[in-house]
Amino acid sequence: MSIKNAAAIVGVGDIELEDGKVKDGLSVMQIQAIAAKRALDDAGLSKSDVDGLFVAGLWGVPGVGTFPSVVMGEYLGIEPNYTDSTQIGGSSFEAHIGHAAAAIQAGLCEVALILYGSTQKSERSRSLAGRPPTFTAQYETPFGLPSPAGAYAMAANRHMHQYGTTNEDLAEIAVATRKWAQLNPFATKRDTISIEDVLQSPMITDPLHLLDCCLVTDGAGAVVLVSPERAKDCRKKPVWILGQGEAHSHWSIQAMPDLTVTSAAQSGKRAFEMAGVGHDDIDFVEIYDSFTITVLLTLESLGFCKRGEGGDFVKNQRTAPGGDFPMNTNGGGLSYAHPGMYGIFLIIEAVRQLRGECGERQVKEAKIGLVNGTGGTLSSTSVVILGRD
Amino acid sequence: MDEIMKPLPIIDNDSKFFWEGCEKNKLFIQQCQSCSLHIFYPRILCPHCGEENVTWVEASGEGTIYSYTIARRAGGPAFKGDLPYCVALVELEEGVRMMTNIIDTDMEAIHCNQKVKVVFQKVGEMALPMFTPV
Ligand SMILES: [Zn+2]
Repeated sequence: MSIKNAAAIVGVGDIELEDGKVKDGLSVMQIQAIAAKRALDDAGLSKSDVDGLFVAGLWGVPGVGTFPSVVMGEYLGIEPNYTDSTQIGGSSFEAHIGHAAAAIQAGLCEVALILYGSTQKSERSRSLAGRPPTFTAQYETPFGLPSPAGAYAMAANRHMHQYGTTNEDLAEIAVATRKWAQLNPFATKRDTISIEDVLQSPMITDPLHLLDCCLVTDGAGAVVLVSPERAKDCRKKPVWILGQGEAHSHWSIQAMPDLTVTSAAQSGKRAFEMAGVGHDDIDFVEIYDSFTITVLLTLESLGFCKRGEGGDFVKNQRTAPGGDFPMNTNGGGLSYAHPGMYGIFLIIEAVRQLRGECGERQVKEAKIGLVNGTGGTLSSTSVVILGRD
Repeated sequence: MDEIMKPLPIIDNDSKFFWEGCEKNKLFIQQCQSCSLHIFYPRILCPHCGEENVTWVEASGEGTIYSYTIARRAGGPAFKGDLPYCVALVELEEGVRMMTNIIDTDMEAIHCNQKVKVVFQKVGEMALPMFTPV
């Protein structure tokens, strides 16, 4: 069963940040409401049209359970026919796209709203401490792994050991991504950096330097997905779901089968097969960049290059503006924003690229884009391939 | 200033035998009697074949470093005094991987595939399985 062309994205919305923070002390519920309103306005729809609600987040009213879609449904005044709080980390929203398209195809809803918000930077709620040492965390937290950076660092060390990948290779990604951020007025970090700057930045957990790590910011995003029938009446031209796949291979890093291959190998394969396109058909990619190593492993796992050749693939600023492999065109989690679960912003950027709304950073003739989300400690992945008419 | 307590394992019905073994300086892992594969962390059924026929066996305590990182920023305030320290994934001879610390060695000389053996380290009221190069 395929969901190819079963649904289209017709609306996206987000909010402005100042130095990585929301303005005027807005709350996590307020920013989600603003992003939702903007996405619906973008589509030419209103909240009364929404009959499918998809919400995941790290926030919640303290107490038993967090019920994200239920809480936001109440706040927004939406009583959906179809509800989904799938929480698989930063890739949740790419999974939501697949679930929403399937629900739309099955006739269970027509207008799906996908939502995310975080005020982690304003709240100063993020630290490197692991989870409380209970259940499966009892075998990890007592050893003091900086979380989650340490898990990604172990993946990087293993890749370096197996394939001779270097810190310079990883730094290429950070530098290229910053160049895209310099073309995006909404990006948090826009000053020029060099490979040397990345290598000279403080070591967080070997071999990852500060500039190999994503930002810690606030942020909110919303995406509106509709049936082909409803897409005809929307303000913006449709961006079609051509293919989607999702997978998870482990939860804790000690259980990852191979630290150099993510489950994007499976989720990506399914997305490509569903879309019926090949790697050469992809005009640009938005790859989850929690850390530089996340990108390198994902490019290999998706099959853009062979295993172990990620370092060569990104050399000489190939993924930067003007390079032949446009990647993370908003400046990514490394330089644009990273509010904890970044996946929804990859979708929003891909939609804007396909609509030709990206100004200075616009990828010329962008017709097909690939979005990859990665969640947890390289635990979950979801891939969406999007295209325009 | 009071020292911040290190987070210690909160024992449950899956892990009780494992942590009690560590207390006696023995490293127990599970083995499935249906498919004969080893299992870590401990659980009520085999994640390989799905059967419930799992038993405890004592591991040799020897293995190799599959990967590692040297923490330069602490994974929580309780670990600040230990910086820099090594967190590793050790692959036991029996084929399972576990997270641990590599101790009593030159941090800068640690590498993947390095041979290590278990040493039990007292932390608070518990003994944690850590590893050191052989
Ligand atoms: Zn078994």
